[in-house]
Amino acid sequence: MNKVLILGAGTAGTMMANHLRRELSPEECEITILDRDNQHLYQPGLLFLPFGKYRKEDIVKKRDKFIPNGVEFRLAEVDRIDAGNNAVILDGGETLRYDLLVIATGSRIVPSECEGLEGEGWHRNIFDFYTLEGSAALGQFLSTWKGGRLVVHIKEMPIKCPVAPLEFAFLADSFFKERGMRNRVDITYVTPLSGAFTKPVASEMLGHMLSDRQITVVPDFDVERVDAAEQKVISYDGREVPYDLLVPIPTHMGDLIIARSGLGDELDFVPTDPETLQSKAHPNIFVIGDATNIQASKAGSVAHFESEVLTRNVLHQLNGEALEPIFDGHSNCFIESGGGKGMLIDFNSETEPLPGQFPIPGVGPLPLLRESRLNHWGKLAFRWVYWHLLLKGRPLPFITTTLSLKGKIIPDLKENQT
Amino acid sequence: MNKELSGTTVDVDAEGYLTDPGQWTKEVAVELAKEEGIELNDRHWKVIDFIRKDGAENGTAPNVRRITKIGGVPTKELYELFPGGPAKKAAKVSGYGKPHGCL
Repeated sequence: MNKVLILGAGTAGTMMANHLRRELSPEECEITILDRDNQHLYQPGLLFLPFGKYRKEDIVKKRDKFIPNGVEFRLAEVDRIDAGNNAVILDGGETLRYDLLVIATGSRIVPSECEGLEGEGWHRNIFDFYTLEGSAALGQFLSTWKGGRLVVHIKEMPIKCPVAPLEFAFLADSFFKERGMRNRVDITYVTPLSGAFTKPVASEMLGHMLSDRQITVVPDFDVERVDAAEQKVISYDGREVPYDLLVPIPTHMGDLIIARSGLGDELDFVPTDPETLQSKAHPNIFVIGDATNIQASKAGSVAHFESEVLTRNVLHQLNGEALEPIFDGHSNCFIESGGGKGMLIDFNSETEPLPGQFPIPGVGPLPLLRESRLNHWGKLAFRWVYWHLLLKGRPLPFITTTLSLKGKIIPDLKENQT
Repeated sequence: MNKELSGTTVDVDAEGYLTDPGQWTKEVAVELAKEEGIELNDRHWKVIDFIRKDGAENGTAPNVRRITKIGGVPTKELYELFPGGPAKKAAKVSGYGKPHGCL
């Protein structure tokens, strides 16, 4: 009998447990999933928590509630993966052997990678929104803030949900308007990239969204350090951006288990084949979600599309068949733009976000790359879809695993953008 | 679109980045650097050689963290060598596309 071990019961690991149990009978395969705690966090909710739109209990549920019958759920801290011996060694020394390992250990923020971030200002006037603690504390702070300079700052790529910082800026603009204090807040968006939008079609269509909201963008900003005493962010080329409230998106790295096991790259992400999702170093190790080093966005929708590809490839591997190189980096996400509106983008490694209708060409109902109320409702409805369909590995209606160009319009870009 | 650099025809995007890293040569690098106002010396070549080697192994140009951590070039030095944006300029001179986000 085959033993499949899944490390991590977050979005990706939970989907894999559900998919694999459905495909493999308990007689032919034993499936175990491990995590270090029993709190499943609905991560898209972290964006709304600071603005009082959700409460903590809306976005945290028990992990084991979403693990199917016939899959063993274990609470344990992993010391390391001993890939040479096909084994995972737990804290305390217990050894779990596997025939096939699925790594779904996600990513985490590491504020200490930026000098000065974790000093005196941390959770005083510097708050991340990528953890439950940070996001909740930011909500507390904002509920009584009188205004000043708000700086949203991205340290380096890759980050989870690359559009989330932009959404945060839009929602903040909307939040301060609703409270009648927008004229007392400056919003500045500081990024190491060449702009808030970097793909040509999105830049052309959405470039006005920031200027309309009086959000200042500081591009090409490689941060050297944060000076918490002087309240400013300083770049390697000597530029300084002062703040009263800093919302940093710190460096993201893979789990410490990956570092301890020597399986990661310079950020502890696991080198992974971008089309089959097999680990580059070990044929019986597969990687999914934020834990991979592939160029696709670190986002739940990507993990969902990956889970469909990975399920097929796990079955192929167990049957001694060739793997299917079919993952295309497909990603699909709602972007909150504030004021009860949202946008939808659908793209992959080859095709940038384009305008059009989704999921049915010519009909929609959701417009792509354009603000609409329906997309905002889509984002809110997604929480239900997440808990009830996505985690259980059920197909999402009308949405294909790989990107479809149907319904998308390829605009003529203005030549000569140099 | 394409253009001629030191006698070689290369395909470039709207911002002058090569779209096929396979068309890159050392002579092309010298010309691309000139466009950025940079005269290449040995320290530049150490960075470029690392980017070419790492890029060939991984199919994509390394980010700044990788250049500093694995390539062994401190961030401060990268700024001296490629003023005003080492990630973009080093990638461009090395024949790779612009580092990008998703939107």
